[in-house]
Amino acid sequence: MNLDFSDDQKLLRDHVRRFLSEKCPPSAVRAILEGPESYDKEVYRGLAELGVLGVAIPEEYGGSGLTHLELCVVAEELGRVMAPVPVSSSIYLAAEFLLAAGSKAQKEAWLPKLANGEAIGTFAMSEGQGRTSPEKIHAKVEGGRLTGTKSPVADGDVADFVIVSARDGGGKLSLYLVNLKGEGVRRERLESIDPTRGQARLSFDRAPAELLGTKGDGWHIASQVLDRAAILMAFEQLGGADRALEMARDYALERMAFGRPIGSFQAIKHMLADMYVSATLARSNCYYGAWALVSGAAELPVAAATARVSATTAFQHCAKNNIQVHGGMGFTWAFDCHLFYRRSNALALSLGSLSTWESQLIERMSAGNAGAAA
Amino acid sequence: MDFEDTAEEAAFRSEVRAWIKANAPAHLEAELKRANFGSNGVVSEDPIAAGKAWQKKKAEAGWACLHWPKEYGGAARTPIERVIWGQEEGPYAALTGVFTIGHGMCGPTVMAWASEEHKRKLLPPLASGEHIWCQLFSEPASGSDLAGLRTRAVKADDGSGDWIVNGQKIWTSGAQHSDWGLLITRTNPDVPKHKGLTMFFLSMTSPGVEIRPIKQANGASGFNEVYFTDVRIPDAQRLGEVGQGWEVSLTTLMNERLSIGSGMSTGFPELFRFCMEAEIEGRPAVEDAAVRSRLAQIAVKQSGLKYTGMRAISALSKGETPGPENSIGKLVAGAAMQDLAIFALDLQGEAGVVWDDDSPQQGRFQAMLMRSPATRIEGGSDEILRNIIGERVLGLPGDIRVDKEVAFRDIPTSGRAKPK
Repeated sequence: MNLDFSDDQKLLRDHVRRFLSEKCPPSAVRAILEGPESYDKEVYRGLAELGVLGVAIPEEYGGSGLTHLELCVVAEELGRVMAPVPVSSSIYLAAEFLLAAGSKAQKEAWLPKLANGEAIGTFAMSEGQGRTSPEKIHAKVEGGRLTGTKSPVADGDVADFVIVSARDGGGKLSLYLVNLKGEGVRRERLESIDPTRGQARLSFDRAPAELLGTKGDGWHIASQVLDRAAILMAFEQLGGADRALEMARDYALERMAFGRPIGSFQAIKHMLADMYVSATLARSNCYYGAWALVSGAAELPVAAATARVSATTAFQHCAKNNIQVHGGMGFTWAFDCHLFYRRSNALALSLGSLSTWESQLIERMSAGNAGAAA
Repeated sequence: MDFEDTAEEAAFRSEVRAWIKANAPAHLEAELKRANFGSNGVVSEDPIAAGKAWQKKKAEAGWACLHWPKEYGGAARTPIERVIWGQEEGPYAALTGVFTIGHGMCGPTVMAWASEEHKRKLLPPLASGEHIWCQLFSEPASGSDLAGLRTRAVKADDGSGDWIVNGQKIWTSGAQHSDWGLLITRTNPDVPKHKGLTMFFLSMTSPGVEIRPIKQANGASGFNEVYFTDVRIPDAQRLGEVGQGWEVSLTTLMNERLSIGSGMSTGFPELFRFCMEAEIEGRPAVEDAAVRSRLAQIAVKQSGLKYTGMRAISALSKGETPGPENSIGKLVAGAAMQDLAIFALDLQGEAGVVWDDDSPQQGRFQAMLMRSPATRIEGGSDEILRNIIGERVLGLPGDIRVDKEVAFRDIPTSGRAKPK
């Protein structure tokens, strides 16, 4: 048994961590929070040059053809520093959609550009308030042209293309690839709880759209890709949870009150212990997800929901208690606690909310994958 | 990332599997699968005798105490082989639950501190199931604050060098079945509390030892009180130096938390099965959104513990020492079990109050409700475990101690106000 990353994968982690600690310190995240840019172009270019964007993309499409385990390693590091870059949209989603359902021409057109960072892709499903479900998708494609509105779309303001779930002429859900630089597309940047990751509303008015995958198969493909993306996202959340815990622990060691470090008080110590418990459970569940992701296990849907629920819970728990440990200082703009708090709550909603994933986990377990977590 | 055995592990596993299939008491399997909270589930014959018989059989074939050296009755196997054995033993492991404390805690302590002569005398019969051991640590006034214990050992005034012990222990699992006990006492009340302790082992049939079962809050009696009245212990049965008892006890406690925390169930599989069967407004409970949310949160705890265990096994498989992750086991499982029981009763509606054989799963959730408070206390309370994680894993400073540099006799206690 080896529920762990290999030595090579750990070397990759060290390598990415070194790069990010140099190029993506908290000040870089803050620059996106406070400035006009939607993402950190220099960090994104650097990641492309390191080859980590295309780490799980096959060599024939410009990637390095390693496995998704390497991508899990990268995701955790991006999560630790809350990298303000569109990797989740472009790599966990767009590239995965292309790999899962794209035609050879679509793959050749876009995957090399996603791998080298030249192009950014994203995925658009939600059309507004409430849990996303098939009935709520009204965007439609007629005569190869898409009309409708998608909101919120992560990185929709900077993406070059988007994969959209929409109804075909017969009313069935299909996926379409839309070039966002083309006609009939309007984008508005949205204010959000986490401005270090861009959100947009995309309005389409007879925008040219090409089918991705089999007609009528949209919901099915999306579910499969979202499961895979959920595992990668869980690693980002895990990285964030660990870092928020470390930040709280460091502060508890340094901050003095009543003549002693606050970490010596059980009220604080026990809060930190509970954060460690959450992060540890999440790590173990993420490794289970990573195993399912690369082994093609039949229980992948259960593993994905397990990793996702656990990591969402852990990151929210660690981020909110990081503020609590910091006391009033934690609620200042100057301290970085709110960056974790923002990111943890934003990631909890992307790819579907926590309650959606909780429900899916139990639905999947009752549908016959029950042995997995038992 | 894989769950596969190495070639050596696979060979070992198939050897173990074949032996267990050929030798385990298959007629008890159904009863053992109902094992619950301190009993091994066996009702058709004497459960202790059945456990001793299984342990003896294992010992004769070289499968007892896999991690112990051969000269002490063990099998000198690697940690990963011990794990594989445990996986393959499955429900039959419950049979030998009465040896858990002896094999997991008392034995390692004896191995670390006893003379060679004693080790060769005491350990083989413990390994083979001939002897049962208990751990005489907690007292009515010292649970989490173990070092505050008051059972006194004083040198006999007859020049024999023997020690005379008076006092009371409590929460002693299996004392009524035990042949030997590991006993921590206070030998010097004039020094700070951690420095005045001394460890012994003694025969549980020594004159002056009296064992009384405790009637617990759930009505059962798994634990005992043990009273000592002028019990004489030869000095040769001392473990460690006089005054070194605290250090000796740490050997035991570290082993206690490791063995109790591993492989604990939260009760999730039973709850999940119940939610598949129970109905809310004519539909399976498992289809209800609120139920799903609660179930999912328990499911990820159960699965997180399972894969945390597998990460530790992975480290063992590579010949590495597992990290501190396993310290979360009992903390997570105990609280989850209690929440789960309350939730399961809630789903039973007003009928949840009834606890009889007609209750769902023969009243398993009512039993969990009434037993789970103990899980959160025994073997290190939730609060002690959080201190351990906070201090040893996260590196936080210890609490400020008002009793650390004070002679034990001057420490204020519940029954004794602070001296003026």
